[in-house]
Amino acid sequence: MKELKIFGVVAFFTLLLYWGVEPFAHSQMHKHVESHGFAYDGTADIEEAEAKAIAAKETKLPKEKIEKAEATVAAKKKFWADVAKISKLKGNVVAGEAGFAMCAGCHMEGAVNMGGVIPPSLEHAGAIYDKNYLIALIKNPAMASNVDHKYADTMTHPMGSISTMITEDQQIADVVAFLKAKKAGEIEPKEAFKDACGRCHAMRYAKSTQLGDTPKFKYKKDELKHQVKVLEEQDLVKAYMGKLPPDLSMIIRARSEHFLETFVENPQSQLPGTSMPRVGLSPEGYEKVEEYLTQIGDPSKPKRESVGPWVILFFIVFTALAFLWKKEKWHGHH
Amino acid sequence: MAHFEKANSINEWMDQRLAVNTLKKVMQTEYWIPKNINFLWAMGMVLAATFGLLLVSGIFLLMYYKPDVNLAFDSVNYTIMSEVGYGWLWRHIHGVAASVVFLVIYIHMFTGIYYGSYKKGRELIWLSGMGLFVAFSAEAFSGYMLPWGQMSYWAGMVITNLFSGGSLEAYGLVEWIRGDYVPGDAFLTRFFMLHVLLIPLAIIGLIVLHFGTLRIPHVNNQDGEEIDFEEAAELYKAGNVKESKVIPFSPVFLSKDVFVMGVYFIIFFYLVFYKFEFAMDPVNFDPANGLKTPAHIYPEWYFLWSYEILRPFSKDLGLIAFAIAQVIFFALPFLDKSPNVAPASRRGKFHIWFWLMLVDMIVLTFMGKLPPTDALFANIGLVAALLFFALWIALPIITKSEKKL
Repeated sequence: MKELKIFGVVAFFTLLLYWGVEPFAHSQMHKHVESHGFAYDGTADIEEAEAKAIAAKETKLPKEKIEKAEATVAAKKKFWADVAKISKLKGNVVAGEAGFAMCAGCHMEGAVNMGGVIPPSLEHAGAIYDKNYLIALIKNPAMASNVDHKYADTMTHPMGSISTMITEDQQIADVVAFLKAKKAGEIEPKEAFKDACGRCHAMRYAKSTQLGDTPKFKYKKDELKHQVKVLEEQDLVKAYMGKLPPDLSMIIRARSEHFLETFVENPQSQLPGTSMPRVGLSPEGYEKVEEYLTQIGDPSKPKRESVGPWVILFFIVFTALAFLWKKEKWHGHH
Repeated sequence: MAHFEKANSINEWMDQRLAVNTLKKVMQTEYWIPKNINFLWAMGMVLAATFGLLLVSGIFLLMYYKPDVNLAFDSVNYTIMSEVGYGWLWRHIHGVAASVVFLVIYIHMFTGIYYGSYKKGRELIWLSGMGLFVAFSAEAFSGYMLPWGQMSYWAGMVITNLFSGGSLEAYGLVEWIRGDYVPGDAFLTRFFMLHVLLIPLAIIGLIVLHFGTLRIPHVNNQDGEEIDFEEAAELYKAGNVKESKVIPFSPVFLSKDVFVMGVYFIIFFYLVFYKFEFAMDPVNFDPANGLKTPAHIYPEWYFLWSYEILRPFSKDLGLIAFAIAQVIFFALPFLDKSPNVAPASRRGKFHIWFWLMLVDMIVLTFMGKLPPTDALFANIGLVAALLFFALWIALPIITKSEKKL
C-alpha cells in the first residue's frame, strides 16, 4: 500500500534523525567511563596514577615531577595491596566496639565542623558503605577517597589523625567488622543521602542544608539566626573544598544515570582533579541515595508510570473510533 | 437599520446575523479538497492540533511561572514539577510538543517541496508557511530562555552575540537587545513577553493567513493535477461521489485528518510519558551560572542544520552564510523555474535535488551537535554546508532545463 510505504520513509528519516542527535551525538560528546559496580580495590586509582606518570614522561616534565608521579603509582599499589590483606583478616566484633569508641569521639550526634566538614553519622555505616572502602578509609583517608593529590601529608586530612589512633591492621579489621555487624540496620533513602552526601551538598527542594533539615521557626529572627549558621557552615565547606559543592535537588535530571553512578563511585573518573572525595557507597547504599535523589528531583516518576498507560489507551480507542468514522465517511468514494 | 424577520430557530437567528450557513459552506461542507491525497496532507491539521496543545499547556504553565532570574528556575523545576497538581504533565506536554512541532513542520515543508505545492498560484501558501516557520523558531528560542537553566543562559548568550555582526563589532546592538551586558533580568523578562504574547499573536495571525492563502488556489494533490474544482464540486453535489475528483473538507477530509491525528497522539503521548529526554536537555536542569560555561553548547535539534552552516566558516563568512540559510527557503517558489507541478519522482534532476537536499540537511543536523574540535566531523560539516549552497545555486539551472510534462 502506497500510504504505508510513505509512512515507512517518514519513519525511517525520523528515526535516523533521532539516532544522530541523541545516542550518536552523546556517545561522541562524553568520554566513556567504565563502571566498577561500586567495588573498591584500587584498580581505577592505580590506572589513573599510571596514566599520569606516562603523561608526565611524554610531556617531558622536570625529572622530579616524573619521579613523584611514579612514586604515587607505587604508593597506590602498595596501599591497595595492604587493604586487600586486611580484608582477609577475621575481625573481632567485640574488640571492634572498643576501637569504635575512638571514632565516636568525632562521629557523634550534634558534631560540629572539624577541618572543613561535619563528621558524618556512622549509625548506618555498615549498611551503606563498602567493606573494603571502610578498611581503606581508616588506613589512609586521603588515599581511600582518591583525593591524595590534595594532601602533601595525610595528617593534614580532616580525618588524618586516625592513623595515630588505630595503628594495627587487626584493629582496622575489628572496627570494620563491628560496623558491618552492628551498624548495618535498615536505612531510609533520606538518611542514606544525609550520611553520604548531606554534609557538603544542600538539597533546597527538600529544605535541607549542610546543617540538616531546616526547622520551622516561629520568629523571623530565629530563622535569620539559622540562616547565618548555614552560611557560616557553607563558608567552612567552601574553604575546604575550593567551591561550595552544588545543591543536588535536580541532579537526577541534570546528569545521566551512568554519569551519576560512575561519578559517585570515583569522582576523579568523570572530573579529574575534583576535590570531591569518593564516599565509598556499596551498591545497596548507592541505590538508597539514588532513590532519594529521584524522590526529590523527579517526584512525578511514579505518577508518569501510572497515568501514562491510561492516556495512551484513551488515544488507541480514539484512533479506532476515528478509523471507523473515516471508513463510513469515505464509503463509496473510491 | 437593516430589516430582520423573526427567527424560528437558533440556527436561523445566527444565520441572519452572522451568515453561519454561508460560512459553514465556504469553510467546511463546500470547501473542496482533492481526493487524490495521502496522510501527509493531514500534517497541517496535526500542526494545528500541536499548536493547540502548546497553547493550552502554556496557559497552565503561565499561571505558576515566575519571570525573574532568582525565581524562574525553581518556579519551573520545583513549583510546577512537584507542587502543582499535574504541573509535570503540562510541562512535559509543552516541552515535547515544542520539539515535535518542528519535526512535523519539517515533514510538512518537505511534503510541499516534493509535490511542488508552492507553485502556480500557491506561492503565498509557501511564503506564509515560511513566515510561520520563522515565528515558531523565535517562539522556540524565547521559550528556551524561560527555565533559566545553563543551556537557556548560554544559548541566549551565543545567539544574542550573533547580532554583533562579526567584524562590525556592534556590541552596542547586543547590549540593546539584552538590556544588559550579559543575559540578566531584563533579558529574561523581555523574552518572557515575546514568548507569551507578541510571538503567539503573530503566530495566530499567520495561521489565519496561511489557511486563507489555501482557499483560492486549493490544496495540491499527489499528481499535481490541475482540477476544475467547480465542475468536480457539481459532480459531487449531484451524488457522483465516486467519479468526482474532490471531497468536502468536512466531514470527509476531516474524518481522515482525525484518524491521522489519533495515530499521532498515540506516538506523542508515548513520548510525553516515556521518552521525553530528547526534548528536555539534561544540561538545562543545572541552574544558569554565568561563571561556568558548559562543556558543550548546542541548540535544540531543529536548529542544528543552520548552526552547522554558521560554524565551519570564518567569523564573517559564517554569519553571512547563516543569514542566507535562514531566509533562502522563502525564495523556493521563485528559484524553481520549472513549469511543472508534479511529484519530484517525475521531475528528473529535481528528484535528485530533493533527496540530496534532505540528506544534506540531516548530515548538517548530525554535525551541528558534534564537537567541532574533531577534524573529521568539522570537514564533513564544511562539505555539507558548501553542498547546501551549491544546491540552491543549481536549483534555477536544473529546473529551467526541465521539460514540460
